[in-house]
Amino acid sequence: MKCDFCDKKATVFLTQLVGGKMEKVCLCDGCAKERGVTDPTGFSLAEVLLGGAPGSPGPVPAGQVAVKTGGGKTCPSCGFSLEDLQRVRRFGCSDCYRTFSAEVGQMVQGMHKGTSHAGKVPEGLMGMQVRQQRIEELREQLEQAIASESYEEAAGIRDEIQNLTEAKA
Amino acid sequence: MMRFSTLIKHPANWMTGGRESRGAVLTSRIRLARNLRGHSFPGWAKRGERAAALDLMRPAVEELAPMKNAFSQELGDLGPVQKQVLVERHLISRELAARGNGSAAVIERRQTFSLMLNEEDHLRMQAIRSGLQLSEAYEALSALDTELEDKLEFAFDAKLGYLTACPSNLGTGLRASAMLHLPGLVLSDKIGQVLQAVNKIGLAVRGIYGEGTESLGNLYQISNQSTLGESEETIIRRLERVISEVSMHEQNAREKLFEDDPEMVADKIGRAYGVLRHAHLIDSKEALTHLSLLRFGAILDFFNEDTVALCDTLLMDIQPAHLQLHTGTKLSPEERDSIRAEIVRSRLQSLDSPDNHSDKLEAKPESDSDNPGD
Repeated sequence: MKCDFCDKKATVFLTQLVGGKMEKVCLCDGCAKERGVTDPTGFSLAEVLLGGAPGSPGPVPAGQVAVKTGGGKTCPSCGFSLEDLQRVRRFGCSDCYRTFSAEVGQMVQGMHKGTSHAGKVPEGLMGMQVRQQRIEELREQLEQAIASESYEEAAGIRDEIQNLTEAKA
Repeated sequence: MMRFSTLIKHPANWMTGGRESRGAVLTSRIRLARNLRGHSFPGWAKRGERAAALDLMRPAVEELAPMKNAFSQELGDLGPVQKQVLVERHLISRELAARGNGSAAVIERRQTFSLMLNEEDHLRMQAIRSGLQLSEAYEALSALDTELEDKLEFAFDAKLGYLTACPSNLGTGLRASAMLHLPGLVLSDKIGQVLQAVNKIGLAVRGIYGEGTESLGNLYQISNQSTLGESEETIIRRLERVISEVSMHEQNAREKLFEDDPEMVADKIGRAYGVLRHAHLIDSKEALTHLSLLRFGAILDFFNEDTVALCDTLLMDIQPAHLQLHTGTKLSPEERDSIRAEIVRSRLQSLDSPDNHSDKLEAKPESDSDNPGD
């Protein structure tokens, strides 16, 4: 693959999320240096988000990603609180992800290449997965419809989302 | 049920390269994290809840066809040396080794699958293969996972995928990694450049042994960091592509090194041979460093072909817990150094001097007392 800035062979590949969009940049060594991409200090954000410089044992523990602590909420299933999260950097049970969904949303952004699951689904849950993917598609269409002021279309999409969401519950 | 001694007696076939022994990739590993719905994660669960989860999982895991007659033990029933041996063999994590009863390890007879129960997640499943076989390892492990789905209900969310104790594993719960031997890139000072490029794609690189950025034995591990937002296949395909590229760079570096400075290469390999053949006290750091060069020498035809597998087995056997298992007693570090040297000497006893193989070297130094190579 060629460097985006000159014709040399690219050795550094940079993927960044900018405004919710994936942007990919390919650079050769020279251009990467010139633009400070290889400078570890100028790169701390990406490194922190993606989980570390070479030599660090693994991804960034959850608790290190700054999360706003909301007032004293606890998980009804296991009694886990956000204070516990700061301390142990792991959640208490799978229901915590619903209890603290807002905080999880913040945390997951930047930690992974995406925010929605795109992999294997347990066989029994396929229907649910298909529905969820459709809902996400519709949400994007809804935003576009609103942006282009097609309010009639938007209302239709909103109803469809509502139907699917109810079917899920 | 399989006994510990039976499990550990033979090296696993993934340890000794096999077909691809010449390549830079030693092993490929896949790990999947899964949790039970409606049960607190092991780190948060109370002792009784943890035991209940284990009682649910253990029979389900032991019934899996590939796990017939597997090794299956609660951690509290294993001694410290046994635990450490399993860690050195990459069959369990340090984190699991630190646990006692309420957590268990179920390891397939051939050591290609190992399942950790009540580690950080309820279930951490692993498949290992020799060489670059991430896809094969994933297929095999995914089949095991699918079979388990019939018996256990996993925590899964349509948006976040498989739910894990730490959000860094959400989605696929997949960690794919390969262990690479990169002496060519290290000796030609190109390693930093290559690893940095790998790191920039969002893959993690770390030395297998040694602290921080230092790597002992020229061994490196490359793995994915992101587990959410991409399919298992996408993650694995990218890793395989990057690893193949790194292997190619390693291959080129080896060839170039041998072309540009054959004397330096011969000197390094000769010295490694000399130390390993004649040392009487050797710590694991020194042994690792020299074994890595001996392996490099074998790839470059300084030694016969079996030497690669011999080095791979020794890399495992010289580690502290393996030595203690070998002697059956607790050893002081000094005693370990002595026994380590003894094992290395005896295994390499019939290894012919590299001078008898290095026909490639045209000008062989006769009496080269001061050595500019370092």
